[in-house]
Amino acid sequence: MKLEFVIEGMDFTRAGEAAAKIKKALQLVGMEVETVRKSVIVAYEAEMNIVIHARSGTLTARVYPDRVEIEAADEGPGIPDISLALQEGYSTAPPHIREMGFGAGMGLPNIQRSSDELHIDSKVGIGTKLTSTIMNRTSGV
Amino acid sequence: MYKMPKYFHSVMLDPDKCKGCTNCIKHCPTEAIRVREGRARIIEERCIDCGECIRICPNRAKLAITDPLERLSEYNYTIALPAPSLYAQFGPRVMPHHILGALLDTGFDDYYEVAVGAEIVSNALRRYLGQKSHPRPLISSACPAVVRLMQVRFPGLLEHIVMIDTPMEISARLAREKAIRERGLKSEEIGIFFITPCPAKVTAIKQPFGDRSYVDGAISMSTIYGEILNRLESPRTKLATSRSPARGVGWGKTGGENHAIKDHSLLAVDGIHNVINVLEEIERGGLGDIDYVEAQACTGGCIGGPLVPQNPFVSRVRMENLLKKLSAREEQFPDTVDDDFCLLTKPIEPRPALKLSDDIDRAISMLEEVEQITSILPGLDCGSCGSPNCRALAEDIVRGYAETSYCIFKLREKLQQLAREIVDLSHMQPPAMGREPAKSGKEGANNESLE
Repeated sequence: MKLEFVIEGMDFTRAGEAAAKIKKALQLVGMEVETVRKSVIVAYEAEMNIVIHARSGTLTARVYPDRVEIEAADEGPGIPDISLALQEGYSTAPPHIREMGFGAGMGLPNIQRSSDELHIDSKVGIGTKLTSTIMNRTSGV
Repeated sequence: MYKMPKYFHSVMLDPDKCKGCTNCIKHCPTEAIRVREGRARIIEERCIDCGECIRICPNRAKLAITDPLERLSEYNYTIALPAPSLYAQFGPRVMPHHILGALLDTGFDDYYEVAVGAEIVSNALRRYLGQKSHPRPLISSACPAVVRLMQVRFPGLLEHIVMIDTPMEISARLAREKAIRERGLKSEEIGIFFITPCPAKVTAIKQPFGDRSYVDGAISMSTIYGEILNRLESPRTKLATSRSPARGVGWGKTGGENHAIKDHSLLAVDGIHNVINVLEEIERGGLGDIDYVEAQACTGGCIGGPLVPQNPFVSRVRMENLLKKLSAREEQFPDTVDDDFCLLTKPIEPRPALKLSDDIDRAISMLEEVEQITSILPGLDCGSCGSPNCRALAEDIVRGYAETSYCIFKLREKLQQLAREIVDLSHMQPPAMGREPAKSGKEGANNESLE
């Protein structure tokens, strides 16, 4: 099962819609509460990264009984130093974005915290592809 | 459809008044209503008793089940628990002690102001928020419609709800203890009745979040309004003493809860759809800088409840003016209780009412089907099919509660196709028909040979 959304850069008014739809779908499937919680955070932050940094991109959620995979692929500036970007508080967002309350440098760290597996491939000047896996662990096990 | 008499609901349908219009289905925050056979049907496990449908129904077909005043006769000793919002329902000169006097004259033996309970809860909350171990932001437990909304739609946020009981329950417990102590009564002789502004509270009493409710019944504010109004004029009615602490009374309107807590970083949100927006933001990992969210399902807070008689904008002014008068009075300290007394006895459990199937593999393939059906539906969300929007119809179809033909646009498409096929069929001929007009020569020869 695959859900795919096209995300436009700088479209703040619609930001969060894809994450909301992914959440709804995961609830319909009956994913564990914790799986839904983490997936929403990953989807939202990944969606925001495209909105803030990239020209455009796609957000894809693949739903399996034992896990959710969220993939964000964009055409954008790329990330020169991924380990730096994973540090809390590190941000390359321009001042006008920060004034809107975004770009606090918590996006990727939040994604990492909520992911069981995380891969980031990035080429400077071309784009970034992020793949996060969230395991659907039965509660109480 | 969706049969499961597991839940008590205050919100009910009057089938005689329901015309089967689509107003309620489109306003329900949990998509809990469908129209079938010309009548609205409430899906039990999804309904959170917020009362949005009562407000929106143009035919007054949605109603709240509350207790009649006659129920007072079931008990030897009755105590009224007036919600703070009650004080804002009357004229500018009517003070709480007038209203409480009228309540006694209506037949109650005593009263305990929920405003006093609210003051106690405010103090407990202030200390609770000081403990840094709780997740941020914490969310108020006071509005039962919001709590049930979270059980259904935001189960991941339930751990954010403060483990502190509501002013109504705290007041009921204190009132009961007082009656037992001072009157030597047995608990079962005492009937405690909440004067309620909303159906959500009724359900919170009949089907409590904790192990039990200390309230025995709920009387609708609009039912008792007339009784109180008449008695306010009556010379027979004596004035009662009111403790009405201003901070506790303020709980009746938006922002009052936060105002009473005072310290910390506090957010107030009212109106169920606004509450949903804020909860979504918290769910995305936001608002970590906020300590406490006061969230109320009704616009304006409890004074905007579906069962209040007064216009909420009028009652807001009345309440603000009353609060000014009350805060000018000397500070009164409420009953002192231990903070542990206010704690909820058990965590609030999720209510998974949305999943398509208990079998996850099956649910995934059903979701796929939902997506596929949604893509062929018109996307106009007209509601004529009886489901709140096209996506909900797709879900209903997959669950087996609806058919594609419920969509009038799909039905029209089908009819057009059928009409074309009928025309095409009418042009077709069986082999026995359609002979070309006879050409004399050849056929004549055949006839001859048969002779």
